[in-house]
Amino acid sequence: MNPAFQGLLTIIIGVGGCVGYFYFSNQILDKVLFPPRGKNAGRNINRANAIRPWLFMGPAILALGLYLAYPVVETLRLSLTDRDQGGAFVGGANYAQMFQDDKFWEAVRNNFLWLLIVPAASTAFGLLAAQLTDRIRWGNIAKSLIFMPMAISFVGAAVIFKLIYDARPEDVQQIGILNAVYLQLGGESPVTWLTVPFWNNLFLMVVLIWIQTGFAMVILSAALRGIPEETVEAAIVDGANPFQIFFKIKMPQISGTIVVVWTTITIVVLKVFDIVFAMTNGQWETQVLANYMYDKMFRANDWGVGSASAMIIMLMVTPILVWNVYNARKEMR
Amino acid sequence: MAEVSVKNLRKNYGAMEVIHGIDVDIADGEFVVLVGPSGCGKSTLLRMIAGLEEVTSGDILIGDRRVNHLSPNERDIAMVFQSYALYPHKTVEANMGFSLKLRKMDKAEIKKRVAEAAEILGLTPYLDRFPRALSGGQRQRVAMGRAIVRDPQVFLFDEPLSNLDAKLRVQMRTEIRELHLRLQTTTVYVTHDQIEAMTMADKIVVLNGGNVEQVGSPLALYDRPKNRFVASFIGSPSMNLIDGTVREISGGQATLVLGDLTVTTPTRPGLTEGQKITLGVRPEHLSLSNAGLPVKVRVVEPTGSEIHVVFQFQAQEITAIFRDRHPLSPGDTVHLALDMGQLHLFDGATGNRME
Repeated sequence: MNPAFQGLLTIIIGVGGCVGYFYFSNQILDKVLFPPRGKNAGRNINRANAIRPWLFMGPAILALGLYLAYPVVETLRLSLTDRDQGGAFVGGANYAQMFQDDKFWEAVRNNFLWLLIVPAASTAFGLLAAQLTDRIRWGNIAKSLIFMPMAISFVGAAVIFKLIYDARPEDVQQIGILNAVYLQLGGESPVTWLTVPFWNNLFLMVVLIWIQTGFAMVILSAALRGIPEETVEAAIVDGANPFQIFFKIKMPQISGTIVVVWTTITIVVLKVFDIVFAMTNGQWETQVLANYMYDKMFRANDWGVGSASAMIIMLMVTPILVWNVYNARKEMR
Repeated sequence: MAEVSVKNLRKNYGAMEVIHGIDVDIADGEFVVLVGPSGCGKSTLLRMIAGLEEVTSGDILIGDRRVNHLSPNERDIAMVFQSYALYPHKTVEANMGFSLKLRKMDKAEIKKRVAEAAEILGLTPYLDRFPRALSGGQRQRVAMGRAIVRDPQVFLFDEPLSNLDAKLRVQMRTEIRELHLRLQTTTVYVTHDQIEAMTMADKIVVLNGGNVEQVGSPLALYDRPKNRFVASFIGSPSMNLIDGTVREISGGQATLVLGDLTVTTPTRPGLTEGQKITLGVRPEHLSLSNAGLPVKVRVVEPTGSEIHVVFQFQAQEITAIFRDRHPLSPGDTVHLALDMGQLHLFDGATGNRME
């Protein structure tokens, strides 16, 4: 069968199955199990209403339990066993081994660098773009352009930037725009940017900042629009200059949204894998935890250390996730 | 403190002119109310005085300074907004002190000024609170406090009471008035509520469609409205306006025909036979009698202290106010006498007052 038809069929079966499930399960509940008739009509309605939320939530709870909760437990178990010994329990040996690996500490250091720079830069650029595009006629076009990278997959973006950072031998014409500009500005010879230790981390981060700025801009732009215009006018009358209005009147009023954007990007950053995998694969001191995990798990076939690093990532993400959800809910109220 | 004067002021939005050459003079220490229906340009005028809207042409003077091109801050004015526009992330104290802080005033001095203003407004116990923890009336006071601490030359109020409930509105009306008596600062106050205008103003400026209709003290406007618009806008319930024609002028008396009815009144200069006119009479200048306007009762609205009665007279409505509790009920037919000394005559074509 043509793959297109297979896809279509999958969609029809999937969506139809969902609709059918909700329709028929509710029918059974209302018509067969607890019909709102007869002696116990009132009690039956109450019972049906008590059960109904579980009908709606049930499939999601099952799916999330199977694909999220169970893997956490299984990963924890694997991180305490050793494959070479046939899956025997080894306690914290995998963790001890990992903590002695320089590559692991390099990944931790790089993750912290990403953590410090990417959310801050994305939020700052996003806020700047939101403020600058707020009142101009072509603001919406500018916003669309800035938002567009959000639609590109991380791997796609990585490929684009790999071309930007590309280096060709000195006597050949450069196809990487960065080297072309560099040579034009008087650079001696083309630089293989992605192999320059430490700085190559920043070159990788640029990709994620490029993608996430659009996200930050859209959310913050909506928040800026929500600020009552009169508070800004009151500040003008009070004698505030544009910078004071921005930093002392506008920013404090959207601080909740800024925190939500910041933490959301932070979580994306902690999970960053595709960009590093596609551009350097962790070479030249650009390793990050997610790529380290992949290396151990699927290249070195060492499920113990791989799972242990996965647990570390989860431990780092969880508190930020909790804070993020807490702030997002506060914003909604 | 200073006088404010607006000279031949115009405002365009694109090709549309919304204010058509307005002149207003406000004396030092005066409480002036700009009043008019929605879209009459009163808020635009206030915002131009504040410096929040550009002046298209004409001049605005505060004191002796032409302020057209000065920023709001340089005009030495303070403004109270309809929604109060309090900074939600600042405490009451910080809200009130923000403008002083921006001026880099000494911290102790700021604290002193804020404390004084809070004392005047009864806000002392709330200085550490955030606006979200205050009631509507308290927020309103904070907004005023923010204006007071600056000790400006002019206060500008943009419909400050319209977000409050009816009872609080009456109370705040009195408080703002008292505050003005105490501070004697020149005040420009915008409202669409003519009762607010009547009760608060030293001088009312009635605006309509971007033009000044009349300027004067509340009672002058009430007693001698310059045209039909002011007559119908000022006063609640509004003045009854009955269209008619002049049949005959003789011996200093004019005979007016109002549908089936004729009324004789002393003539006025400019009145000619056959002219179309509008006769105006305030609801309180009508009384029940055996002869006069034959009318049918439509609705009776007791307010307690008086009753408002809506009558049908020929094709139009007539409202009367009685202090006595006449036993009227819908459908009754009665006669109304006009208080002949209190009639207003307006030219039918121009709508201008004739006297």
